[in-house]
Amino acid sequence: MTQPSLISTKHLTKHYPGVKALDGVDFDLHPGEVHVLFGENGAGKSTLISMLAGANAPTDGKIVLDGEEIAFESVADAQKKGVYTVFQEFSLIPTLSVAQNIFLGWEPLVGPFIDRRTMRARSREMLAELGFDIDPTEIVARLSRAQQQMVEITKAFHGDLKVLILDEPTASLTDREVDHLFDFVGRLKAEGVGIIYISHRIQEFARIADRVTVLRDGAKIGTVAMDQTSEDRLVEMMTGRAIDEIYPAIRHQPGETLLKVRNLKGIGVRDASFTVRAGEVLGVAGLVGSGKSRLFRTVMGLGTRLEGTVEYRSRSIADWPTRDIIQAGVYYLSPDRKAEGLDLAKSSRENLAVNLVMGGEGGGQSFFVKWDEVNAKASAISDKVELHPSYRQKPVAQLSGGNQQKVLFGKCFGQKAELFIFDEPTVGVDMGTRSALYRLIQELAEAGKAVVVISSDLPEVLNLAHRMIVLAHGHIAGELAGADMTEDQVLKLFFDESGVEK
Amino acid sequence: MTAQSLTAAPVLSVRRLFVKLGVLPFFLLAALVLFSLLSPKFLTGQNLVNVARQSVYLVLVSMGQMLVLVSGGFDLSVGTSIALTSVVSALGMVWFAGLFPDAIWIAILFGALMGFGVALMVGLVNGVGIAYFDVSPFIMTLGVSSVGAGLALFLTGGVPVSDLPFEFGDTFGFGRVFGIPVPVLVAIVIIAVMWLLMARTRLGTQIYAVGGNIKAAHLSAINTRKALLFAYVICALIASLTGLLLTARVESGEANLGGTIALESIAACVIAGVSLRGGIGRVENVVLGAFFIVLVQNGMNLAQVSSYMQMVLLGALLILAVIFDQLRYRMLMSGS
Repeated sequence: MTQPSLISTKHLTKHYPGVKALDGVDFDLHPGEVHVLFGENGAGKSTLISMLAGANAPTDGKIVLDGEEIAFESVADAQKKGVYTVFQEFSLIPTLSVAQNIFLGWEPLVGPFIDRRTMRARSREMLAELGFDIDPTEIVARLSRAQQQMVEITKAFHGDLKVLILDEPTASLTDREVDHLFDFVGRLKAEGVGIIYISHRIQEFARIADRVTVLRDGAKIGTVAMDQTSEDRLVEMMTGRAIDEIYPAIRHQPGETLLKVRNLKGIGVRDASFTVRAGEVLGVAGLVGSGKSRLFRTVMGLGTRLEGTVEYRSRSIADWPTRDIIQAGVYYLSPDRKAEGLDLAKSSRENLAVNLVMGGEGGGQSFFVKWDEVNAKASAISDKVELHPSYRQKPVAQLSGGNQQKVLFGKCFGQKAELFIFDEPTVGVDMGTRSALYRLIQELAEAGKAVVVISSDLPEVLNLAHRMIVLAHGHIAGELAGADMTEDQVLKLFFDESGVEK
Repeated sequence: MTAQSLTAAPVLSVRRLFVKLGVLPFFLLAALVLFSLLSPKFLTGQNLVNVARQSVYLVLVSMGQMLVLVSGGFDLSVGTSIALTSVVSALGMVWFAGLFPDAIWIAILFGALMGFGVALMVGLVNGVGIAYFDVSPFIMTLGVSSVGAGLALFLTGGVPVSDLPFEFGDTFGFGRVFGIPVPVLVAIVIIAVMWLLMARTRLGTQIYAVGGNIKAAHLSAINTRKALLFAYVICALIASLTGLLLTARVESGEANLGGTIALESIAACVIAGVSLRGGIGRVENVVLGAFFIVLVQNGMNLAQVSSYMQMVLLGALLILAVIFDQLRYRMLMSGS
C-alpha cells in the first residue's frame, strides 16, 4: 500500500468493566475510499467508531489522523478536526425545525441575532443537494423516521469534512432515498473524503464499498477488497461458520389454509392478497418502507384497514380488535422488543407469565391464577428457548439483545397460537442465538403450525421460507416458491415500480 | 477472605435490600430512632396502637392509589372522592332519615349508596378520559379534583352537613366488633381483597402488565383500556369507602375532608417501593408505607413540630422518596 492513510488505528483496544469490547484492532482509511465495517451486534463496530468519533477514549493503542497521533477530547473536538459521525441514535431536537436542527450550534448571525433567512435558504440548498425532499421549516417531530435520518445525515455536511462515519445510515431509508445517499457518498469520494460505513446488509454496501473490515468478538478477522470477495465468504468471516450450519432445512408439509387475505388496503398497504397455510413457512421480503411490516400489522388490527377482507380459519377477523385476533390463535411478534415486546424492569419469568395467563394457562379462564402451574410452564418455555437459568431471575433490561429476543420468542409459546407472525425475528441478535431461534421456527412449522417470517435480512427469508411474497411500495410485487426463490428474482421484485402511485 | 470483600459484603446486601424493597426499611428505621430520641412517649405500645388506628384511612386510600400507580398513572382526585362522598352521603342520609324516620338503617344504606354512586362517577370520568381519550393522568385527575371539590362546596354552601343518624357514627366511626374498631376491620378486609387481586388474579396480572409496558400488554391480548378503567374506578370506590368512614368519625358531611390525602397516599406508595413508572408495587409494602407516613406525623406531633412545618417535611419526604425511586430503577435496569 503506497497510498497514505487519512485516519488509522494501531492496536486500538477498549476495556469495559469485565469486557474487552475491542481487542487490538488495526484499521486504516484512505482518502476517497468507502471502507465498510462489517460484523454482528457486539462485534465491536460501535466501540471502534465511538473512539474514532471522539465519544470514547481508547484504553490502549493509538489513533493517527493525517500522519499525526491524536486524542479526541469530545465529539465536538473530532468534528472540528474534520471527523464527522452520523450515529444511529438521532441527535435531533424534535420540537425545533429542520433548519434549526441542521444549524444547531453554528447558527449564522446578523449582529447578535440569528439569521433565520440564511439558515432556511442554506438548509434548502443542502437538502436539495442530497436529493432529500424535506421542507426546512417543518418541525422535526412531524417527520417520519426516514426523514429524520435524512436530516441527521444532512447535519454532517458542513465545515471541513475529511472523514465521514455513517452508522447503519440506511436502516430506515427507502430504496430511492438510499440511491440519493449513495450518489452523494460517490461525490464525497471524488472530493477525497474518506467514508467509514457500518452496515450488515451486504447487498446494499456491495454497491459502494471499496474495502471491508470484518470484526468478530471485538477482534479484527481481516480486511478484504470488495471486488475480491463474495457474500458467502463475508458471512463466514463474520460468523465463523458456513452458511448451511446456520439455517436448518425445514420439512414442507402444507396443510389447510389458515389465513386468507383478499384485496387488503390500508395506510401504506395497497391491494394485497395472499394466503398462509399450516405446516409452511411464508417469507415476506421487501426493502425498508415497502410496507411488509405494515401489511401484517394491518392484518393484526394494529394499523388502519380501509378495504378488503381478512379471514382466519374461514372467519372474518377484519374488524376484530387485536386482542381477539390473538386469542383466536394468531400471534404477532413485534420487531421492537424494547418498545412493544417486553416489560424491561421485570424478569423473564414475569414477562412469560403474562402470556401464559392470557393464554389460559394456570387455571384457564377462572378469576384466580394458579401460579405454581404458570411458573412451571414459564421454566419449561425458558428451557425450550435455551435461556440460561442464571438469566431467568434478572430484569430483562440486564440481558443481552440475543437473550431478550429469546424471552420475546418465549412469549409466543404462552399463547395458544396456530399462526405465528415473526416480524424481524433476529434483529440485533448474535449468530448463536439466531440458529437457536431458527430451530424454534423449524420446530413450529414441522409441528404443523403456520409461520410467517418478515425480514429485512434477505438470506434469512430465502433460507427459511418455503414460499415467499415480496413487497414494494406497499403492494405485493410478486410471489415466489421453490426454485424461483433466488436472490436475483427477489431483487428484481424489490425495485418493482408497478405499485407506484400514478 | 480479604479485608476488601469483608467490607463489601454488607454494602452489597444493603444495596440488594434497597433494590428489592425500596427506601421504606431505611426510612422506617430512621424514623423509629429519631422520634424515640425526641420523645419518650413515642415507642410505647399505647402510642403504636394509636398510630395503627389513625393510619387506617391512609392505608385504605393508598390501596386504591397503588392500583392506579401500578397501572402506570396516578390519581390526584382521591381527596375529592372522599369530600364528595362525605357531602353526598350525609345529605342523602339526612334526607332519607326525614322521609323514613322509623327505618334509620335503610336511610344510612341509601345515603352510603349515593356516596358510592358519586365516587363511581368520579372514577368513570377519570378512567374514560385516561383510557379512551388518552388524557394524561395528571391533567385528568387534577381537573376532576377541581370539579369535584367545587361540586362538594356548591352542594353544602361550605357549611358542614350535620344531624346525621346517631347510629351511623356510633357504628362506623366508633363501633367495635370483637373489640376491634370497625374502621380497622374494614381496612383488614380491603387489604386482603387487594392482596388477592394483585397477587392471585388474572386481572391483577393484567394491571401489572399494562403498567410495565402498555404496548407489550396490548400485543399479549390484554384489554388495556378496560384494565385502566378498572383501576381508576376501584381507586375512587376505595376512596369513597374511606370517605364514609371519615364522615362517620367526624359525624358530619364535610367538603374539606381528604384535603391532603392525594399527596400522602402517593408518598406512602412511592416510599413503599411502588414505581411511578408503573408495573411495580406490592400491597403488603404499601400498608407499611401508609403506616410509616402516619408514624412520622405522630412523631412530629409528639416532638411538637408545628402543623405548617409538617407540611413542609411531608412534601420534602415525597420528593426524596421519588429521587430514591429513580436511583432504584436505574440500579434495577443496569444490574449494577
